[in-house]
Amino acid sequence: MPTYVAAFGWVSIVDGFHGFWPTALVLTFCSYPYVYLPAAAALISVDPATEEVSQSLGRGAWRTFTGVTLRQIRPAVVAGGLLVALYVLSDFGAVALLRVNTFTRAVFTSFDLGFDRTGALVQATALVAVTLVILGAELAVRRHDTRYAKVGAGARRPPHILRLGPWRAPALLAMAAVAAGSFAVPAAALVHWTAEGVSRPGSLAEIATAAGNSMGVSALGAALTMLLALPIGLLAARAPGPLAAVLDRLTYLTHALPGLVVGLSLVFFGINVAYPLYQTQWLLALAYATLFLPLAVGAVAAAAAQSPPSLEEAARSLGRGPWTVLRTVTLPLTLPGIGAGAALVFLTCMKELPATLLLRPTGMDTLATELWTHTSVAAYAAASPYAALLVLLSAAPVLVLARRALTPGGRP
Amino acid sequence: MNALVVRAAHKAFGQVKALDGADLAVPGGTLTAVLGPSGCGKTTLLRCVAGFERLDAGEIALGDRPVSGPRAHVPAHRRGVAVVPQDGALFPHLDVAGNVGYGLDAAARRAGRIDEVLELVGLAGYGSRLPHQLSGGQQQRVAVARALAPRPRLVLLDEPFSALDAGLRAEVRADVRAALHADGATAVLVTHDQGEALSMADQVVVMHRGRVRQQGTPLQVYRTPADPWVAAFVGDAVLLTATADGGGARTPLGALDLHQPCTGTTTVLVRPEQIRVLPPGDAAAAVPATVRRHLFHGHDAVLDLTLDDGTPVTARLLDDPREFSPGTRVALTVSGPAHALPAGAE
Repeated sequence: MPTYVAAFGWVSIVDGFHGFWPTALVLTFCSYPYVYLPAAAALISVDPATEEVSQSLGRGAWRTFTGVTLRQIRPAVVAGGLLVALYVLSDFGAVALLRVNTFTRAVFTSFDLGFDRTGALVQATALVAVTLVILGAELAVRRHDTRYAKVGAGARRPPHILRLGPWRAPALLAMAAVAAGSFAVPAAALVHWTAEGVSRPGSLAEIATAAGNSMGVSALGAALTMLLALPIGLLAARAPGPLAAVLDRLTYLTHALPGLVVGLSLVFFGINVAYPLYQTQWLLALAYATLFLPLAVGAVAAAAAQSPPSLEEAARSLGRGPWTVLRTVTLPLTLPGIGAGAALVFLTCMKELPATLLLRPTGMDTLATELWTHTSVAAYAAASPYAALLVLLSAAPVLVLARRALTPGGRP
Repeated sequence: MNALVVRAAHKAFGQVKALDGADLAVPGGTLTAVLGPSGCGKTTLLRCVAGFERLDAGEIALGDRPVSGPRAHVPAHRRGVAVVPQDGALFPHLDVAGNVGYGLDAAARRAGRIDEVLELVGLAGYGSRLPHQLSGGQQQRVAVARALAPRPRLVLLDEPFSALDAGLRAEVRADVRAALHADGATAVLVTHDQGEALSMADQVVVMHRGRVRQQGTPLQVYRTPADPWVAAFVGDAVLLTATADGGGARTPLGALDLHQPCTGTTTVLVRPEQIRVLPPGDAAAAVPATVRRHLFHGHDAVLDLTLDDGTPVTARLLDDPREFSPGTRVALTVSGPAHALPAGAE
């Protein structure tokens, strides 16, 4: 769920929900999966045998947890934490709606309201510098992480499950609180306001226009992103080398930059270098491509890995020409992955807010900008249909992924 | 008639010479094993024959048709050379019948060729399974069936059994060999496993550092290797310095007959199973030795020994209930002739 949708949910049903701590709460609920998912994966991959060995060497349950288990998941937790730092640093929607002066909000205010380009530039540069420091720390932690790979071969036994006993109720309550904060509150706000919002006169036409704009510019952005991602992803998958590695790193660097900074730099690029593009959807599509290229490159590289060269060689040795091999082996194996990547980029473009705000042609409203505009003037009923649509869009890829993961016998 | 002839093949990757003047000939209808340690160029040779790599120099001909040479490079799909890669490389989106029928035209499919080759590899009735529903051994059988289906001039097998566990490997090997013979296919098997090459192949080609060191029947390669390196690579070897005088040689293990006559100072090969271990002083011709180590393997046992002049010797004992502790004195004799190796090689 985008942070500005969550912020809308909280601010629209809790009076006076502004300032530092409310923003911290919303951003925590939005970004805890960045720590939760890697930590859970790391916990699953901890070999239970190492815990058993620790206990057999005389360490109790608590000392085993702190000395063995926690040590093994520490890199995952630290890397996740740094990722959250990056995410919060680059967040614009929540901090702007909840009126906390962070770098991103200050940059936007200087530029959009004060037309203070130099001030915006200085603040954005400082933001990039802080981002790069965190990014460097995150890379260092991740490189460190490889040291904890399982030593030795052999299949692991699944971990054993402990009974919580009297702790069961408090544990469940804690988890329920997380679920309530991250999902139930915004959902309640949506249900509360949407009926009212849709019944306003003329609102349906407005929503349809915004949805159409969103889809159009997102489709353009997704197409441009995939076009750029295909050669890079194929290079990374088929001919790994220094060039592919540099390209790959570069795409991640721009991905880590705040959307607001990328949007701002493209505004300057449009005004000073490519004026014909300024105030067109093309510049916005370029911003989307800059921001979301790693998603697409990852999808293309994963799809290419579905069809390793040995398959194509086997097909050629059976007397099939290059085009037939492409049609009967390579494409059937890679297209689903590339299509899923394109859909993911498309949906991510739909939810993007700061670059869209800066780069949209004057008069063009999208779902994200409409939600932002209405919420910032406290027109919660008018904002809610856009929030509902954006939540549905955010949920779609999760549902598809979950269904694919749960289908028995499906190809990994 | 040779189905495949490779002449003076050269192929380098940067500074690394993968093929450095390799020559070999594969008679039609036979299974030839290309045997060598990893990095000897055997997989490169196979990829050049398949047409996936271009030769830097030299020639490859299939039957009387040149396919790789100074002027010509026939692309892989026009060669009629089917490969069975190490991991099988089955098409994951096609079922077994779709995989096996991939290289067939519609007429051959209707004529029942798919069922025929599946029957050959012992997988009749598996046509509608998907690759991920098969075990590793079954996947390799399907890969072999897929390669056999279009009746290629040549089937290339690239270490196809190395990913299987030991018990399964012997069974799949035997079945694949039978399927290849039953179909009359000409096949080249690349392997680093001496046992696999010696037991499966009609002909063994031993490669080392991009060159063919020896080509011959499994018996020839084992009994009369071309040089000390081949002798040590295709099995355990006892190498002895000897003075030859025609049909015989004087060695630290006594006077031995030679397979091929030879004169002068030379190195002779005796295989560990040729050495008999007797109690000390048991026979007049026996050479005294001291046991260093006794390794019991179940089906046989290996004795590491030292002769009184310091020469190390290995003996293999079959069906021998005796136990030898280190330091035990014994006497050795050799049964059968030794093989004189050409001097000067490594």
